[in-house]
Amino acid sequence: MLLQVENLTKIYSLGKTSVRALDGVSLEIEEGEYVALMGPSGSGKSTLMHILGCLDRPTSGIYRFNGQDTAFLNDTELARLRNQKFGFVFQNFNLLPRLSALANVQLPMLYAGVNRRERINRAVELLNMVGLGDRVNHRPSELSGGEMQRVAIARALANKPTVLLADEPTGNLDSKTGGEIMNIFDRLAREGNTIVLVTHDPTVARYARRLIRLQDGKVVYE
Amino acid sequence: MSFWELAKLALGTFHAHRLRSFLTVLGIIIGVMTVISIVSLIQGMNYEVERQIASLGSNVIYLQKVSWGMGSIDWDEITRRPDLTYDDALALARLPVVAKVAPMRSRMIGRLNYRNRKVTNIEMAGITPSYGTLANYQVETGRFINSDDSLRKKAVCVIGGYIIDNLFPDEDPLGKQLLIEGKSFTVIGTLVRKGSFLGQSMDNVLFIPLSTFEKSFAPKRGYGEFAHSLSILIEPKKGVTLERIIDQVRELMRRRHGLGYDKPDDFGINSQETLRQIYHNISRVAFIVMIAVAAISLLVGGIGIMNIMLVAVAERTREIGLRKALGATTKDILYQFLLESVFLALMGGLFGVILGLSIAKVVELAFHLHAAAPLWIILLGFGFSATVGIFFGIYPASRAARLDPIQALRYE
Repeated sequence: MLLQVENLTKIYSLGKTSVRALDGVSLEIEEGEYVALMGPSGSGKSTLMHILGCLDRPTSGIYRFNGQDTAFLNDTELARLRNQKFGFVFQNFNLLPRLSALANVQLPMLYAGVNRRERINRAVELLNMVGLGDRVNHRPSELSGGEMQRVAIARALANKPTVLLADEPTGNLDSKTGGEIMNIFDRLAREGNTIVLVTHDPTVARYARRLIRLQDGKVVYE
Repeated sequence: MSFWELAKLALGTFHAHRLRSFLTVLGIIIGVMTVISIVSLIQGMNYEVERQIASLGSNVIYLQKVSWGMGSIDWDEITRRPDLTYDDALALARLPVVAKVAPMRSRMIGRLNYRNRKVTNIEMAGITPSYGTLANYQVETGRFINSDDSLRKKAVCVIGGYIIDNLFPDEDPLGKQLLIEGKSFTVIGTLVRKGSFLGQSMDNVLFIPLSTFEKSFAPKRGYGEFAHSLSILIEPKKGVTLERIIDQVRELMRRRHGLGYDKPDDFGINSQETLRQIYHNISRVAFIVMIAVAAISLLVGGIGIMNIMLVAVAERTREIGLRKALGATTKDILYQFLLESVFLALMGGLFGVILGLSIAKVVELAFHLHAAAPLWIILLGFGFSATVGIFFGIYPASRAARLDPIQALRYE
């Protein structure tokens, strides 16, 4: 089992009140699955994705990645896991504005210690794959929203991650461009990538092969 | 992430905020500039002063009415001191440790004319023949004052290069008649030039026999008591140490002045060592001032860097979150921001070194000083800058490194 979550809870304390963002979530995701985490805002879907991506730690419960309990990993090991095993795609793209598309795609490889030549070759290859072969030297400000998200997808794939985690990847895009982005995910899923997609949009969730619905921090539908 | 990649990252940020970076490191620029320029100048001064002091004659001591640079001066006490006389010189010459003595007296002269030319700001000294060797003056043309000149109180003079330049620009001064404050003197010799010190010519001197000085320019009583006393240059015999000759001279003079054992000296014994001491006191003050200025500027510069780095961390919170999400470790982020502040500081150091060297060069050209920045001070300048960068950069960098990736990513 690739991703295994058991009785996960996450409690945020905001001053005196505390918010139970996740309340006993258990689920398993196998390699090659294309899963959509759906739910209204505040349902805990983003929190769950952050824990799955090792960006956050649960308050209680167990999260095993590839059989390894992540509770026993230190910050550096988690950083390494994020770098090697996960690719993140965010709603607001999160590209570094001063860097070209090429340099943005290289970032994860930079932290992986890949040499310059290999980095550039791989980045160009990835940008070609998402259809931006002619935009490699453009900065984010010179790209459209859809193009920025393609750069972000290329970046997420840079280190050939095991899991792609996408948090509302079409949230900032019009429906046509959003559809194009979803087609890329569709293709990646068909090529055997494991994808976990977080969305509140049923039309987007429909692309996934499996749907997990969350509400108030609990899995309500599988 | 490799050091080189981190360095490129840091330099990129620096490039993106050129003006801001420059303003930030102004303090460091000023600090390093101060250190480099002042140290270069002090080095130049050291070289010059040592050359000048050495030119006084290596082991000659100067017996005078006052000591050089003796802190607070009690003029009442000094005016009560007995004058040093020609007889004192003769008595000193009889000391077994003494090789030669040269009594002399000098003063500035108001007017020096040759035909229709004139020159001012000339120091006239009444000397004896031995003065030349003791005070390190050599004759270029003609001859020096000899004992015959002294004995007969001849109206002859030996002149320095500054006087030649001003009175005899295109003729041979030898045998010509000068008017010293209206009195006629024959030029019998010219001196080898000593050059200038801190832009001041050292060749504005004129020597006449001491006996002639006493006859023609005897200082009037009641005016400038100071001028009545002779200065006596004393050269010890070979192998006699400075301490020994000073002891012997002191003992003799105390006896001649009838001083009880509880009375302080009423004369001054000066040597090259005295001059060196004075100079070292002056240059030490310059050094302390320099260190104070540099320390304050570096502190201000360091605080500036810390401030701008805190701003940078706040501005780039999302970037930090993203980098962490993409696999940057705590160390990667720490080094990224630390290197940025070190680069900032080093840039300041570089500008400071360049400006400091330029200032030293300008002063060198203006004052004919041999200003030299030793390598160690340049390295020290960079070393200090880097230290400031690390010291004031570590807090902002560790704040960046400790950011929680999720909160950083959500930061607006």
